[in-house]
Amino acid sequence: MSGFAIILKDAPRQRVDLAPLTERICTAKKAAEIEKLPVFVGNRKCVLGDLFVVYGKPGERLVLDNICDKIDGIGSRWSEGMLEVYGDAGDRLGHGMTGGDIIVHGNVGNFAASGMRDGEILIEGNAGDFLGAPIPGERIGMNGGVVRVEGDAGARTGDRLRRGLILIEGDVGELCGSRMIAGSIAVMGDMGPRLGYAMRRGALFMMRPPTRFPETFNDSGTHTLPFHHLFLAHLKRQGGAFSVLNPSDNRLRKYVGDISVQGSGALLFHDS
Amino acid sequence: MRERQAGMIINGVKIDDTFAEAFPMVATRLIITADTERWAFTAANSMIGFSTSVIACGVETGIEKKLKPSETPDGRPGMSVLLFAMNSKELAKQIVTRTGQSVMTSPTSACYAGIREGKKIKMGAALRYFGDGFQRSKLLGKIRYWRIPIMDGEFLVEDFTYEVPGIGGGNFLILAESRGQALSAAERAITAMNRVENVVMPFPGGVVGSGSKLGSKYPKLSASTNDAFCPTLKGLTKTELPPEVESVMEIVIDGLAEKDIARAMRAGVRAVCTLGRKNGIVRISAGHYGGKLGPYHFHLHKVLK
Repeated sequence: MSGFAIILKDAPRQRVDLAPLTERICTAKKAAEIEKLPVFVGNRKCVLGDLFVVYGKPGERLVLDNICDKIDGIGSRWSEGMLEVYGDAGDRLGHGMTGGDIIVHGNVGNFAASGMRDGEILIEGNAGDFLGAPIPGERIGMNGGVVRVEGDAGARTGDRLRRGLILIEGDVGELCGSRMIAGSIAVMGDMGPRLGYAMRRGALFMMRPPTRFPETFNDSGTHTLPFHHLFLAHLKRQGGAFSVLNPSDNRLRKYVGDISVQGSGALLFHDS
Repeated sequence: MRERQAGMIINGVKIDDTFAEAFPMVATRLIITADTERWAFTAANSMIGFSTSVIACGVETGIEKKLKPSETPDGRPGMSVLLFAMNSKELAKQIVTRTGQSVMTSPTSACYAGIREGKKIKMGAALRYFGDGFQRSKLLGKIRYWRIPIMDGEFLVEDFTYEVPGIGGGNFLILAESRGQALSAAERAITAMNRVENVVMPFPGGVVGSGSKLGSKYPKLSASTNDAFCPTLKGLTKTELPPEVESVMEIVIDGLAEKDIARAMRAGVRAVCTLGRKNGIVRISAGHYGGKLGPYHFHLHKVLK
């Protein structure tokens, strides 16, 4: 699989935003073209070649290597093919992504997968706060696709999630699924406090339910439903730690809420 | 209309040199599941009720095959049902009414699309309103499901099924010395044909006791008894039957493609011919209408080659 490799020379002292460059990087014919693309380091204008070494030729794959957490907007509006990131990515990874795959061999900053509409993101490390949440100025968060985090995720994971699936293999911070509009979140580890705050619809599946549920969620009983089989099978298909799920074990306890808003969200977990 | 009796004979059974005439339809496949095989069958059987012929039922349906839990979306026993109609509008109407009245009402059932190509037809997208505002949709991958809360738990139904081209009216006739022999032969044919995928035999038990011809002396009727094959009309009408034939039964086949119908006809006719002339099977024929009905012609001799 051919493609360009873009390697960070040294960690910049200030933040670098690659968001405006995704399309131009993807359509570039030569490595030299990419090196000439304008980029800002803080408020200092330079060219990409000042910060990165670029080699390779056009292809289905783009590799960003030696990346550090000051590089924001990686894979913004990514639409097809594979983007592989080695190192820790900054904020807004995969913002507005519409297709293809992004794999991060490291951690990501805040607002990863914000505005994502389709495609798949795999984060092998931890995700910061606001995973799948809208960036300031936007009304809805993630709107399709799948994000799987092999580590932990921060606060406000899935805030204003509209559609799609977020899977966290580790723990999540506070306010997971806050203001959720629809879509699904599945968490293998521990849930932070105040989960589902102002959640309107959607499903939040937990392997380990919290010891205390929010007061604005009501117990809706335990049910064995065909839908649970489909849902668990869908989670299992995403791979990773979720492969252990058994769709036939589809008897799930449900809490409904947040009743302070629409109240159609569901917290689902196996009743022990 | 009498065909030239060319020389194909299988186990003493004469195969007429004639053809079955079939016509284009629109079709879809639904997967119906339930907690047990019994209730999956009950739901499917209810759905395919009163759907023998588009002449009066609006749709022709049948259970295509039984599905193991490993073959269904929700891991429960299931039935695959094929539905055939003359046009998209009628198919869409029948899907909603039959899924709503026969499948949703059947305990523990769920209903999924069995074909995912072609033109979209609303299923759950129309039935969801039964939920009275408590219905919820869920998009898993690219498929949207509607979850309708009902008294037995939840009715799960896919939002759309898909319309594909189909063919209706493949057929063959079993001419036998007695009614009992004709029925035994028809049962044997249906058993063999039930193993063929992509086809259904929509009449009761797969067998037609009262095959029809196009038109009638009564202007309001589009079809009437096939008098040329009625044994009690020998001597009164221009009959197709030799003196020794006392009963004729027809098997009608609807399928998704010509090759599927041909395969089913071949399986059915061969099964009948294993009984042979010694068991009272005299001839195999087929119904056609001189090309007035449809563009698909299944010549018995070609099908059996």
